[in-house]
Amino acid sequence: MDPLIYLLFILALSIFLGFALITKVPPLLHTPLMSEANAISGITLIGAVVAAGAHLQSGVTIFLGTAAVALATFNVVGGYLVTERMLKMFKKKITK
Amino acid sequence: MNVDFIINFTYIISAILFAFGLKFLGSPVSARKGNILSATGMLVAVLATLLSQEIISFQWIVLGFAVGAGAGAFVAFRAAMTQMPEMVALLHGCGGLASVFVDWAEYHVNPPIGDFVTTLALYLSIVIGGVTFTGSLVAWGKLSEKLPGKPILFTAQRWINMLIVLGIIVGGILFFPDPTNYPAFLAIFGLSLILGILLVIPIGGADMPVVISVLNSYSGLVACTTGFVIHNTLLIVVGSLVGANGIILSIIMCKAMNRSLTNVLFGGFGAVVKRSADTTKKEAKPISVADAHLILESAKSVVIVPGYGLAVAQAQHAVNELSKVLEDNGCDVKFAIHPVAGRMPGHMNVLLAEASIPYDQLMEMDAINPLMENVDVAIVIGANDVVNPAARHDKSSPIYGMPIINVDKAKTVFVIKRSMRSGFAGIENDLFYYDNTRMLFGDAKEIVQSLAAEFKSA
Repeated sequence: MDPLIYLLFILALSIFLGFALITKVPPLLHTPLMSEANAISGITLIGAVVAAGAHLQSGVTIFLGTAAVALATFNVVGGYLVTERMLKMFKKKITK
Repeated sequence: MNVDFIINFTYIISAILFAFGLKFLGSPVSARKGNILSATGMLVAVLATLLSQEIISFQWIVLGFAVGAGAGAFVAFRAAMTQMPEMVALLHGCGGLASVFVDWAEYHVNPPIGDFVTTLALYLSIVIGGVTFTGSLVAWGKLSEKLPGKPILFTAQRWINMLIVLGIIVGGILFFPDPTNYPAFLAIFGLSLILGILLVIPIGGADMPVVISVLNSYSGLVACTTGFVIHNTLLIVVGSLVGANGIILSIIMCKAMNRSLTNVLFGGFGAVVKRSADTTKKEAKPISVADAHLILESAKSVVIVPGYGLAVAQAQHAVNELSKVLEDNGCDVKFAIHPVAGRMPGHMNVLLAEASIPYDQLMEMDAINPLMENVDVAIVIGANDVVNPAARHDKSSPIYGMPIINVDKAKTVFVIKRSMRSGFAGIENDLFYYDNTRMLFGDAKEIVQSLAAEFKSA
């Protein structure tokens, strides 16, 4: 099979998965939802790691790779930590 | 077993963990577990990638990790809950730029000669990534009030935007037949950066929830196209999840404002709304805190409608105090949250949760409206347009058709407000002149505190 078809196949199913999962999230949690989605979009970090560790032929790629790792790590760490901070605050009523 | 197999297998596990992370966000009970699962998915994906035999040196990776993690933790712990929108905007921008840099590094060593699909993915990546980066920075600037929140408009803005779009298309025409054309690559990226600024500066502060949602979607799309550039399945899966998330939230926000996405992004710019001159002199009825207390004391059910003004006045904790004394008095207290209350989707819920208000007291607009007729007192704090009955009946009103919280149907309405000035959109609010409405003029925090104090001294 053409690898492209395989990637498009994954794309199509993932879009459906995304819609199915996210429509279930109540508006109560939309802010943490966005910050968590934001954190996982930092998955580009796995591409950045390869760029910073493998493409060492020139200063340009070293700079791009290292900057990409720093920016993506910022995105991931910042995103998960603020989500955790927010979710920690949501408490159910203590019935007297 | 070879290393590539292990890496790709781990990616499948990560994708599953990310999916469960989002699924568990379906309820506040499981949400924290979801976030931890999702973070675990990220950690294993990164660790597995480090096994890759392509990687020959770790020094730059470690440097990047240290800088990014340090800065990320620093801002994450320092940001106040009112600052969440700008924090998220900043994170979107960084994620977008990181993806562009990954594409660029790949392009630098391995331009996609003769590979149309990868060239297309690369082109889309740098365009969307560029727009996401500068657009998010402008959104961040506007939300943190480093830039003026008002729409910035200048002459021939549309023409300049069109010229830039045209430039990006021409760049593409030069780039596609010959992907080694480095100047074209740089020009496309440069123009996209400018486009990002120009697209967001004309959008007003009140429309920022939509802008953030759209940028969220873009940051997902860039991750997705980057997946096609470096042929990475996990990036495609995650990019689609995030893209879908941004699209859904944008649609929800637009529906809550009764506007189309095009209208928010390119249309009226939420700039100047012309108000029809009202000739009839109407009289609003003020009430003192002591009298308001007497009414509240006999109330069996109270609904509090918070707007962003509540957060500006830092009145969340005072409101929680009032809610507690009311409950001790045998009254049922609920909070009615409009979808656009706050500066990003769901923002008001976070602000109230921070003030230790239990989430089962927070009600969505559609859940509270049918119950409104049985409510004794509705207290509007720092909200305006979202409770304006003109949205239901006045066809000439700019907000006509927007779903609102029907506080006017409650037996009595208290509106806490500094003065009679109109709201964010500059629209007159008929609610203030209704027979069942009483105005409590003053600072939201002080009034709520003195109401609570009345209960304690009584």
